Amino acid sequence: MKKSNPNPVVQTAKTGIEISIIKEFCKGCGICVEFCPKDVLALGSDLKTNCINIEACNGDALCELRCPDFAIFVKNPKKKAIKK
Amino acid sequence: MNIEIAEYLRLDDRFPHILCPGCGIGSAMNAMVRAISESSMNKNEICVVSGIGCSSRVPGYIDCDTFHTLHGRAIPSATGIKLARPEMEVIVIAGDGDLLAIGGNHFIHAARRNLDLTVILINNFNYGMTGGQFSPTTPQGKRGTTAPYGSVERDFNVCEMAKVAGAVFVARSTTYHTPHLKGLIKQAMKKKGFAVIEVVSQCPTLYGRLNRMGDAIKMLEYYRDNSITVTQVKEPKDAEGKIVIGVLWETEAPEYSEVYKKVIDIAQKK
Ligand SMILES: Cc1ncc(C[n+]2csc(CCOP(=O)(O)OP(=O)(O)O)c2C)c(N)n1
Ligand code: SF4
Repeated sequence: MKKSNPNPVVQTAKTGIEISIIKEFCKGCGICVEFCPKDVLALGSDLKTNCINIEACNGDALCELRCPDFAIFVKNPKKKAIKK
Repeated sequence: MNIEIAEYLRLDDRFPHILCPGCGIGSAMNAMVRAISESSMNKNEICVVSGIGCSSRVPGYIDCDTFHTLHGRAIPSATGIKLARPEMEVIVIAGDGDLLAIGGNHFIHAARRNLDLTVILINNFNYGMTGGQFSPTTPQGKRGTTAPYGSVERDFNVCEMAKVAGAVFVARSTTYHTPHLKGLIKQAMKKKGFAVIEVVSQCPTLYGRLNRMGDAIKMLEYYRDNSITVTQVKEPKDAEGKIVIGVLWETEAPEYSEVYKKVIDIAQKK
């Protein structure tokens, strides 16, 4: 079986919010770009999602929840991890 | 990789997955994985079962017990698993073709028996995997590759059917409303008995293209603008032409594997 090695591109905002994008998984459907309420993301010339304005991110992680490809993850230090 | 849900995904050898760009099945899988991760269950207590189809590819990407079975036979296989290991949480995830066409009888009889399964029915209104043929949920007049002038058949109302067949939990959401969908899956997993969630999804490659609905984004915008929550429906006309989302039906009834266990106990005492 082919082993993939997910290697995310990580950006961190002053607020501590961190966005990781796994380019290898992204298929460029643009769902995260279109439905981001703060216009943080854009499709780049590589036809994959790119974080263009990390400081505007409010950390609601809608992109992470809608992404059909598990290609984008948002870490928000203000949101407590859900207890198991 | 440092991702919360990574332990539930076969990230290192199965991704990127085979689904088309913008396919709603990925978003439904995303919601399901998060629901599993947020439930307090050990992943060895969960079994995800599917049939055949694009939707049925999901278990191949999930890292817990999984079973990819035959076309239409997800529910019979899940029935065997649940009866052999009643302590397990058994989740069925498959398409409208799988669960309602070839597997239609299994669906209604599992509902009638009230077996404790969580059924996630991904409704993309066509047979995606085999090339966009119309399915039992294709609305009348909508095109499929086997209905180039529009389907002449009437479609199933999945949720009504599940309810009258005996399901104890029936809900609907869309791939636009993923946080809502995740919550419904969590509720369905907790529910003892046959729980059905219809996920209104998009197949931009076939159904969307054949019906000139635009790309995945346009289809999601349509779901956003044409959905109404069940609590907003005050009179029947509010729901006309809308996708009603939320918990549509909930009741209590004796669960099949528990009733069956009593029979086993009686038989073994003799
Ligand atoms: C017994 C049998 N009959 C027919 C098929 C061909 N077949 C494969 S997938 C499929 C339909 C899938 O549609 P659906 O369940 O709606 O899933 P989707 O691909 O739309 O997600 C069919 C008819 C098969 N694999 N086995
Ligand atoms: S054919 Fe349709 S259902 Fe299948 S992966 Fe592509 S978009 Fe999804």
